Amino acid sequence: MSRVAGRKKLVIEPAWCKGCGICVAFCPKSALEIVGEKVRLKEDGGCIMCGLCEMRCPDYAIYLENLEE
Amino acid sequence: MPSELIHQFMRIDHLPHIWCAGCGNGIIMRDVAVAIKELMEDPEVRLNREKVVIVSGIGCSSRAAGYMDFNSIHTTHGRAIAFATGIKFANPELEVIVLTGDGDCSAIGGNHLIHAARRNLGLTVVTFNNDIYGMTGGQYSPTTPTGDKATTAPYGNVDRPFDIAKLAAGAGASYTARGSAYHVRETIDLIRQGIKPEGFSLIDVYSVCPTYYGRKNKKGDAVEMLQWQKEHMAPAVRYYSMSEEERKGKLLVGALTHNNYPEYTEEYEKMVQRCQADMKAKAHK
Repeated sequence: MSRVAGRKKLVIEPAWCKGCGICVAFCPKSALEIVGEKVRLKEDGGCIMCGLCEMRCPDYAIYLENLEE
Repeated sequence: MPSELIHQFMRIDHLPHIWCAGCGNGIIMRDVAVAIKELMEDPEVRLNREKVVIVSGIGCSSRAAGYMDFNSIHTTHGRAIAFATGIKFANPELEVIVLTGDGDCSAIGGNHLIHAARRNLGLTVVTFNNDIYGMTGGQYSPTTPTGDKATTAPYGNVDRPFDIAKLAAGAGASYTARGSAYHVRETIDLIRQGIKPEGFSLIDVYSVCPTYYGRKNKKGDAVEMLQWQKEHMAPAVRYYSMSEEERKGKLLVGALTHNNYPEYTEEYEKMVQRCQADMKAKAHK
């Protein structure tokens, strides 16, 4: 599961997500949601690749990846 | 595939970790990894990863030594600082980082803590302070606030809590600070600043335990507990610009003390050199 913008990509590892909802609550764009105890990007997107979700995810299940040029 | 950071610094075959959903410990463990990474990349420090040793005791927090991909040792309850003392003394060049919990560090290992701080031994201690014994089922710890509930305090805790950072500062540690699971960037900076100096550093990081402490005290889920930290803890920049009235009920996230006390292994080495020089002088007489 991923979304690409600019030179960054938001990656979600559903197998590592425990559905605590921390990333959803502190996402400044409300771009995330929990469905079936796992996080996912909302369909209408809105992610600005700020990385706040990665900073506070206790399970390392969501992160930004730098894409190679 | 996990992120590059996690791949670089964690034993990914041991992940996902066993901590509960929403446990703050995972956030703090990542803070430690980022702080080490930044010191490795800092041209003035160039921290050598091979010289980093992670030591832990027993408790939820102490699982971290197993997850972090460094020279690491998972020791007995309360004795993380005792083992770390031996490691540092055997080879003072090592960067010894102790990951411990509020109970492990300030109850079972309370004496090791105060005496390592008193000697100002060059260790960095990061406490994952969740106000409760999580692993054994939610007994109150020395940091459980007065009046709060725990399995062993069903009518509210009568004890007054320790402030671990102030305890270490009072015992003689050269660097003490308070961080939180919510204040990620600030906490990384505090851990980084704690690893750098030669003396004893303690960074007391407030974690969140939604499973026991949160549930027993109706503090809500992990999100609500982090929200509490956001509202009741203030990073130094903001804290020091607030009036006394505004500071009421707010805890500082930042360094509490930073002194240049002499470091223990250095002082010990000086004594050895002095004695050897004396002996040589006597032999030539």
